Amino acid sequence: MSSGGPANHRHGGLRNLLSIQDLGPDVAAGIEEVMTLTDSFVEVSERAIPKVPALRGRTVVSLFFEDSTRTRLSFETAAKRLSADVMNFSVSTSSVKKGESLRDTIETIEAMGVDAIVVRHASAGAPRQIARWATSAVINAGDGWHEHPTQALLDCYTIRQRLGDLAGRHIAIVGDIKHSRVARSNIAAFTALGAEVTVVAPPTLLPPSLDGWPVKVSHDLDAVLPTVDVCYLLRMQRERMSEALIPSLREYTSLYGLTEDRALELADHALIMHPGPMNRGVEISAQVAEHPNAVIIDQVRNGVAVRMAVLFLLLGSGTEWGGEADV
Amino acid sequence: MSAEDMQRATWRMAHEIIERNHGLDDVVLIGLQTGGVPLAARLAEALERIEGIEVPTGCVDVAFYRDDIGLRPVLPEAVTDIPGDLTGRTVVLVDDVLFTGRTIRAALDALVDHGRARQVQLAVMIDRGHRELPIRPDFVGKNLPTRRDEAVDVNDDGVDLGEMVK
Repeated sequence: MSSGGPANHRHGGLRNLLSIQDLGPDVAAGIEEVMTLTDSFVEVSERAIPKVPALRGRTVVSLFFEDSTRTRLSFETAAKRLSADVMNFSVSTSSVKKGESLRDTIETIEAMGVDAIVVRHASAGAPRQIARWATSAVINAGDGWHEHPTQALLDCYTIRQRLGDLAGRHIAIVGDIKHSRVARSNIAAFTALGAEVTVVAPPTLLPPSLDGWPVKVSHDLDAVLPTVDVCYLLRMQRERMSEALIPSLREYTSLYGLTEDRALELADHALIMHPGPMNRGVEISAQVAEHPNAVIIDQVRNGVAVRMAVLFLLLGSGTEWGGEADV
Repeated sequence: MSAEDMQRATWRMAHEIIERNHGLDDVVLIGLQTGGVPLAARLAEALERIEGIEVPTGCVDVAFYRDDIGLRPVLPEAVTDIPGDLTGRTVVLVDDVLFTGRTIRAALDALVDHGRARQVQLAVMIDRGHRELPIRPDFVGKNLPTRRDEAVDVNDDGVDLGEMVK
């Protein structure tokens, strides 16, 4: 390396990742930067010993107020592959059950000396509130119906890996848009990268207003399928049926499920994606989940590398330039 | 140092690599991102013209192994690409400028994650001094005494000395 000069660095300002907009002011450039860094962590993940010492001595705590298996495991794997220490705050066995406030919980965790807090919470905005109190970096791992930014980043990465640039691609997001933080983050990320997004859902599963959303809306999956490069299926949460938002799961499947017959309508290159966990037989048929263009397992695999990139950006490379070059 | 001087130094270093290793059996060239990569390519080309052997060549980015992570912005410049398991191989690390030695220290750690090399040698175009670690090059294009606050720029046109960009 030539000596002197600041390293190529544009993210001195990235302190937290609460929403896709935090990657701005140029969101597309921010996403591209995460994806470029992810390439390096994919290489690390493919090694016999998939571990680097980058975040040695840093502590990452996962604070999940909502159930999750894959996101939590994915963040913990990512942190461990960066040699960070991982603390696991399990809400169900904690003082939160005894009535401890969120603020006291955060202050207690911070007093133990952590560098990053990965939060999942049922309430939209909880991670942002935590970020106001905390001095460590806060990463939103899903808050209510609001956002799930690392899911969107790993989805962008997976699409780019298979199809190249997202610009000009047509992506359908199918299912319960109204209650989906995955949909909100993905719409922001996909459109920032120049893709065209169509949300496909029955009217009861769309938000009351789509004003300001840069998307097209359809209630007819069969009409949309032949035109898409990516068919992104959301999980149909069974409790929506008890809320009478859909007449029955069977009717939902017959209109909006990606069945084997429907999958035939997709273009040869079109990807089938799902954030998991899947309800096989509801939004996606068991056979379609095994389709060669179904990249659901790739999404999980890339999730670890993307989260390594996010942790490294927040904890490893996020300080202001000030020192002398040590080359 | 002009482009021609650099070319001559590259040829001499290629001869020295062959001489030191009694040929090129098991030799692998690994360029450090980014400055070492073009030099590794030129060394590989010279080695092939001299010995008629295509030496496996790769590159390593040491960002995740640096000792100043968190002290200054650190991001990889490119994806590491190591040509296979390094166990039992003779690795020639290649960089453009040797300064404090901290990048090389990081590179040695990075290499270990790709197998236990039989030995690691170091080739640099410029040794500018000011070492902070006990690291010494095996093959040197030119020793160039510098002030600590000077910048050394190695490019296709040769080597320039200038003020460090702060």
